[in-house]
Amino acid sequence: MAMVFIPSLMQKLSEGNSKIEIEGGTVRQIVNNLDAQYPGFKDRLSEGGRIKGNISVAIDGEITPLGMLEKVGADSEVHFLPALGGGA
Amino acid sequence: MTQTLDYEPNMVLATKTYDVVGTRPVRHDGADKVTGRALYGADFATAGLLHGSILRSPHAHARIKSIDTSAAKALPGVAAVVTSADFGSDSDAVVDLGEGATSLKWLRDNVLASDKALYRGHAIAGVAASNPHTAEEAVGLIEVEYEVLPPVVTVEDAMADGAPILHDDLKTEELGEQTDTVSNVAQHFQHKKGDVSKGFAKADVIVEREYRAKTVHQGYIEPHNATALWNNDGRLHVWCSTQGAFTVRDAMAQLLDMPVSKIRVTPMEIGGGFGGKIPVYLEPVAALLSRKTGSAVKMVMSRADVFEASGPTCGSWSRVKIGGTSDGTITACEVELACEAGAYPGSPVGAGAMCALAAYDIENGTVDGYDVVVNKPKTAAYRAPGAPNAAFAVEQAVDELAQKLDMDPIELRLKNAAKEGTRRVDGPTFNRVGLVETLEAMRDHPHYSAPIGENQGRGVAVGFWFNIGFDSSVNLAVNADGTVILTEGSTDIGGTRASIAMQAAEVLGIPAEDVHPSVVDTDSIGFTAVTGGSRTTFATGWAAYEAAQSVKKQMIERAAAIWDVDADAVDMNRGVISSKSDPELSMTFKELAAQLGSSGGGISGTASVSPTGVGGSFAGNIVDVEVDPETGKTDVVRFTAFQDVGKAIHPSYVEGQMQGGSVQGIGWALNEEYYMNEAGGMDNSTLLDYRMPTSLDLPMIDTVIVEVANPGHPFGVRGVGEANIIPPTPAIANALQRATGTRLFETPMNPVAITAANGD
Repeated sequence: MAMVFIPSLMQKLSEGNSKIEIEGGTVRQIVNNLDAQYPGFKDRLSEGGRIKGNISVAIDGEITPLGMLEKVGADSEVHFLPALGGGA
Repeated sequence: MTQTLDYEPNMVLATKTYDVVGTRPVRHDGADKVTGRALYGADFATAGLLHGSILRSPHAHARIKSIDTSAAKALPGVAAVVTSADFGSDSDAVVDLGEGATSLKWLRDNVLASDKALYRGHAIAGVAASNPHTAEEAVGLIEVEYEVLPPVVTVEDAMADGAPILHDDLKTEELGEQTDTVSNVAQHFQHKKGDVSKGFAKADVIVEREYRAKTVHQGYIEPHNATALWNNDGRLHVWCSTQGAFTVRDAMAQLLDMPVSKIRVTPMEIGGGFGGKIPVYLEPVAALLSRKTGSAVKMVMSRADVFEASGPTCGSWSRVKIGGTSDGTITACEVELACEAGAYPGSPVGAGAMCALAAYDIENGTVDGYDVVVNKPKTAAYRAPGAPNAAFAVEQAVDELAQKLDMDPIELRLKNAAKEGTRRVDGPTFNRVGLVETLEAMRDHPHYSAPIGENQGRGVAVGFWFNIGFDSSVNLAVNADGTVILTEGSTDIGGTRASIAMQAAEVLGIPAEDVHPSVVDTDSIGFTAVTGGSRTTFATGWAAYEAAQSVKKQMIERAAAIWDVDADAVDMNRGVISSKSDPELSMTFKELAAQLGSSGGGISGTASVSPTGVGGSFAGNIVDVEVDPETGKTDVVRFTAFQDVGKAIHPSYVEGQMQGGSVQGIGWALNEEYYMNEAGGMDNSTLLDYRMPTSLDLPMIDTVIVEVANPGHPFGVRGVGEANIIPPTPAIANALQRATGTRLFETPMNPVAITAANGD
């Protein structure tokens, strides 16, 4: 299962857990399954079926432009980070 | 006078060599540039061209109560006047144009203000007239009634209790959660690793300081410009100076509520951008004026407009607390970074916060970031946006820690250096990175052990930038003479025509000069993201690699058809196509190209990519400064820039990027700032008063290219355009401390600041 790292400001949703193992082959499945286990994550992370514009997703250390569509491996690490505004 | 050096001024620490990649051919656009024939936006002309001008707010913060354009419209020669009302939309949908998500209303209001002017220079109305002088005169006839409000121009003032509020509906968001607080703080987030209180408890020495960096401008030599023609067929054509023609197209589609297929953007040559030529400013106004008049409308900013109404990078406040044990192990670090967004949310604090502690393998760390609106122009990207602000603070704190521990500052950094597998404070782990190799190159360079003179000091610092991938497209077509036409959508700012053509040439085994690159408009190539984020040589180069692989495959198949053998029995190496078994069957790329027309027709290859495998880049500086003890004037007497670039496709242009970034960092450190008056206006919006360094102010910037190949790219490319601006400000601060005995915590570290700090 992928290891999902929970940002400190979202850990009240995850009962204080900073890392959670979640099943899922795509970011969309990860978000859905995370929300099933800890309700509220889907609203915090996504809007209209897409990752919110001010949040980015990193899979195995690399920020993906594909958002919900990005593939996630069985041993992947998933991080939710602030989006790199300012024209990175 | 010729100076004899006892060292190599420009070194390339190469780990792998190629036939074309890594060589230094003459750039393909060189002749056009040096003869003045290259066409820039200001050169654009067409029949019936009208000229536009913009009315700008004289106030930094004011409510717009009314706009009367009647006198301007009545002036002979005036063809049209537009205001925000001409957009015809009040949508506040959230859109993402490659710079992060933002509100469409904010984008629109930054182009033409509707209810509030939020900085001096904020565009209020546009005029099109038969000549620029009439347009300017008409602008003076527009009457605007303002309710002037108190301005706030620094993050500390904007975050203070009771500060003037820029946006009545802006509430602080904390990583996806909206709070109920109406504030100038648009966003707060936090990265956390380990437990800083436990880490500080283990420390023998703790340093805690506050730092401030001033707002600065990219200082590109060519002002913003745009010409728009809204044709009778409903299609809009824009010619402009931009880092991303497709980004302009998409922004126009959103702002003007029209499909992208009706917009064509032609990127003219660009006279510098550094991140500042990604947003649109004049383009939508020229389009609205063209829609009203039926004529092409051309607009060009003055230098004052560029300073006051385009996007500088952020000023910032930061606090760093760092602790270490007596053996030099950093046990904890705590960073707060608040960055100016300008008038609308969206500062580069996200990137700055992620880069802040990237150079260090720290067990316990936190970084809190704050995105803060102020009454200044909306910030735009500027080389590694946000990272220099963070490094000015962190790299000085690390230096001070080294001093207190009586350790060499490079050895302290090496002891704590991030490497492959290091988990960063913001969470992810590093893939292969070259910080250790960069620091070792710094430590071993003759500069680091050279003697130092009276009133001189030597400083070092490092910096990190992620680099990005994103979408790129390239088309290749083989000519009958064996040359290849390459078309791409990436604006060429720093020699990327060459670096992209060279990657295609390497695959095809032909000279770089035989590939002819052109940057084309949005109707002529697949989607290509901005030239920014140090992505172009990486991603568009990758598209060229893939397109060339396609051409190579087709050339092999064609030779096989001509020889009546199986394609699997044919190979192509270094521009020679040959049978693997029959030495008689062999011909060069040129010989086969000449036969294409008679053997089945032309060959072309195309590729659209969105590559992963991006490799981050570390940069470092060694800098010597000399300070006049009476006046505080600082001379940079020696400067060596180091950077892990993965693979330098064209080392000359890599050296140019490293030198350019260094010079911009030196300017930020020593002289440059938006000097703001009490009314919130910029007092130094000319190049005489905004003091950027020139060649007369500086020594030659020596370079050391470190090549730790990025395993995620066919040739190992990481990207080179940004990391180099990060270390100069702290390296100079560290050098100044050693020259004067006094540490400075705010840019610019100019003679006034130096003499004041020394109590003179």
